[in-house]
Amino acid sequence: MERDVIKQKTREFIGRFVKNREIGDDVGLFETRLVDSMFAMQLAMFVENDLGVELADDDLDLANFRSINAIADFVQRKGG
Amino acid sequence: MEQKNENMGRVKCLIWDLDNTLWQGTLAETDRVVPDPRALVVLKALDERGILQSIASKNDGELGMTKLKEHGLDTFFLYPEINWGPKSESVTRIVEALNIGMDSIAFVDDQPFEREEVAFSHPSVLCLDAADMDTLLDMPELNPRFITSDSAIRREMYRNDAHRNQLEEHYEGPKESFLASLEMIFEIAPAQEEDLRRAEELTVRTNQLNTTGITYSYEQLQALCDDKDHRLLIAGLDDKYGTYGRIGLVLLELHANEWRIKLLLMSCRVMARGVGTIMINYLKREAKAQGVALRADFVHTDRNRMMYITYKFAGFKEMEKKDKRVLLEANMDAIADDPDYVRVLIGT
Repeated sequence: MERDVIKQKTREFIGRFVKNREIGDDVGLFETRLVDSMFAMQLAMFVENDLGVELADDDLDLANFRSINAIADFVQRKGG
Repeated sequence: MEQKNENMGRVKCLIWDLDNTLWQGTLAETDRVVPDPRALVVLKALDERGILQSIASKNDGELGMTKLKEHGLDTFFLYPEINWGPKSESVTRIVEALNIGMDSIAFVDDQPFEREEVAFSHPSVLCLDAADMDTLLDMPELNPRFITSDSAIRREMYRNDAHRNQLEEHYEGPKESFLASLEMIFEIAPAQEEDLRRAEELTVRTNQLNTTGITYSYEQLQALCDDKDHRLLIAGLDDKYGTYGRIGLVLLELHANEWRIKLLLMSCRVMARGVGTIMINYLKREAKAQGVALRADFVHTDRNRMMYITYKFAGFKEMEKKDKRVLLEANMDAIADDPDYVRVLIGT
């Protein structure tokens, strides 16, 4: 999947939970408390189901879901 | 009969038509519609059984609700759909709002056309003729296998949920302050005799968020409660808008050097409140205080991925793996504090 498409889909997904805000690609979603740690699980499911990346043991590290850029990096690394 | 058993209690929600089904008469033609006494018997009995109820009616929305309120019936129904659109679409919206499977829906209507329209779009819905009202309560599909004290308040719990969802939608601010505004209290306590029916129901109903997919009977749970090498904990959640009921279960097997989580189960309705993680952190703290390791059995099913992710994000690592069975071990180094927005009570 192209990086732009990954980022767009991710932004749309997050937008369903964080309303009325433009979220920069590098904004730390959890640090800035835009979303909570439970959202990490929903994000992980989204990455698996909608971005088609099967998450292995080691992948379930919050750092991989830190920001829109981090997610895009991760998905591209996994060849998704 | 096997088939009869599978069908038993299959229906979690009955959707009612109004005209000539719930009441006698057609609202658009006469203001003087009268609730059908046979329908009221069914309505109240299903409510007591913990079966949810809703409405799909072709009428003016306001008129329909006003008439229901007039007869004191409005509060029985969750997410009523009273509009002029196709009933199949009303059914879709109700199912989405309730977050249950289409195959757990039944629909009762006096008109064959309406039943066929719904059946065409949703073949798994059980479509019933209002003419058969007298036989509804005997149908296996409408007889749940379990009726617990949580069943009697199920409608109330869903109404509380609907209210909270509405508040959340209109809330302006970060999710954590919304959660704090709920004033949640999460209680973990050893299961008592009166909890066992509900515990059994949880293992059978909640195969989505069950870490091993194993179900337990009342008798099995009772034996485990009495066994000194096992601990059965049940969790409840309440907030200022009402109770969520008893929503989680943990079965621990105690060994000299290890506590093994044989089962961790959370109702999917409360997963979004982060209670799975709170439960796990409690177990970590207790195990650490006792100087034992904390491990967990996990069996991958096609529905429990969320629980696997919960364990991983809570710092559990895979120790052993064989096919779908996994043994996980907790990292006890840094146990996260409970989130600010919930009060955790430990019962004895």
